[in-house]
Amino acid sequence: MEHGRTASATAAEVRRVVDAVWRMEAARLVSALARVTGDVGLAEELGQDAVVAALEQWPTDGVPERPGAWLMATAKHRAIDTFRRNERLRAKTAELGRERAIEEETEQDWAAALDEVVEDDVLRLIFIACHPVLSREARVALTLRLVGGLATPEIARAYLVPESTLAQRIVRAKRTLTAAQVPFEVPAGADFAARLSSVLEVIYLIFNEGYAATAGRDWTRPELCEEALRLGRILAALTPGEAEVHGLVALMELQASRLRARTGPGGAPVLLADQDRARWDRVLITRGLAALERAEQAGGALGPYALQAAIAACHARAVSVEDTDWARIAALYEALAALTPSPVIELNRAVAVSRAYGPAAGLELADALAGEPVLRGYHLLPVVRGDLLEQLGRREEARAEFERAAAMTRNERERAVLIARAEACTQR
Amino acid sequence: MRYMVIVKANEDSEKGVMPTTEQLAEMGRFNEELVKAGVMLDGDGLAPSSQGARLRYDEEGSATVIDGPFAETKELIAGYWVLQVSSREEVVEWMRKAPFRNAEIEIRRFHEAEDFGEAFTPELREQEDRLRAESAAHRGA
Repeated sequence: MEHGRTASATAAEVRRVVDAVWRMEAARLVSALARVTGDVGLAEELGQDAVVAALEQWPTDGVPERPGAWLMATAKHRAIDTFRRNERLRAKTAELGRERAIEEETEQDWAAALDEVVEDDVLRLIFIACHPVLSREARVALTLRLVGGLATPEIARAYLVPESTLAQRIVRAKRTLTAAQVPFEVPAGADFAARLSSVLEVIYLIFNEGYAATAGRDWTRPELCEEALRLGRILAALTPGEAEVHGLVALMELQASRLRARTGPGGAPVLLADQDRARWDRVLITRGLAALERAEQAGGALGPYALQAAIAACHARAVSVEDTDWARIAALYEALAALTPSPVIELNRAVAVSRAYGPAAGLELADALAGEPVLRGYHLLPVVRGDLLEQLGRREEARAEFERAAAMTRNERERAVLIARAEACTQR
Repeated sequence: MRYMVIVKANEDSEKGVMPTTEQLAEMGRFNEELVKAGVMLDGDGLAPSSQGARLRYDEEGSATVIDGPFAETKELIAGYWVLQVSSREEVVEWMRKAPFRNAEIEIRRFHEAEDFGEAFTPELREQEDRLRAESAAHRGA
């Protein structure tokens, strides 16, 4: 069946087109409106008004030839209407230093400013959505909504919260930004690094929610991973000189390359060592390695994201567990631990060291972690120690570790496996 | 979800006529837009079918090689994009912006894991903790 632009469409068809166009245009549209109005909340409402207008008009008038431009023009008209009607806004614009006595002139300024394309607009929008004045949850919701162009119900579904809860979260976030008078700008100087790290954290939070879904029926939610990747790629295009942005993109591309190998028949999770590497996504691996190269070329020491990406790259390049460059992984974990000290990273390092230099070297590192309060109750520490002790032939000690781990895990299946390993240590 | 946009061949592409500087610049701008929007994963153009070949397998699995070029120009492929988007409508809207004239493209979705029907089992839930620990270790939390 052929259909052109002018053909009248059903409301459902229009809805799908509007959703698609909104996802493509939301960031640019909202950010341009925010630059001119100085208010992200208002900008988003104006954008939404345009969406509502499209849903009303397109089913009868047909979808316009350039739907994105139509939405922008409509939002612009609403902006100017709002400006005319809204005393408060006029006062605010005056306050902002555009103290032109003649309102008409300001109105024309607005119209002109809305036609401008300012490269940094989207970057400003990303920074404001991830502003530290907001809670993490609010930053995530606002980023998905304003930058990603996701509808509230979609975000609510992805995070398994009621729509009303999410809508409230977004309303409150916008109010918080207005109340705190957060300027619509890219932070400068020392502020930049701190604010950028908040942006990276938000994007990685979204990715991880998809990669290891913390709640709900699905083991992973690939659409959240994809959304985080899209946001990361957008950010990388806007800040090409920032090594850690490329580092984060590399990390996400490389981790996402393993998504489909992480689930076995019947939906059972498959750990890295057991994954069928033929199922890893070569397109994403190529992209991840290229992004890592950009991070390395940007200069300076690698940051935490780039280091984790470099570790992921070692796995991506290896055809098997045995073929993996464990010495390099161990060195990368050491660098990572120096930047962000954590006993969990140390434990990972111990495993890498044991693979590279033998179980005794690994055990030495694992033993040093025995007193760590953070790892108390973390069953993977005795699992690693048990494993290394067993490799060294110290079976009695290994058995004790496996038993300890079995008592600590809340996972029935894992407990059974650990008890079996403990028993195997006594038998041989 | 991921889509492949398949650009059909035409007489020029089969003759190996290269695009003009202006056409290249136009396509470059379009590609840049796709990259900046974070949707373009991959994409490239293909040389004429005269430089390609076909392999036809018989019932025993033995292959016969047929050298190009191939006659049915409109059924041939001249290039492709791989785009990551959230709906078919989104690819359609993106490709409406593509600088093509007198051309045809085809849009096809890649299979996703969900197509194979992932049943959620209690075992999966049981193991969630373990994998979360693994990913916590990965992110150094």
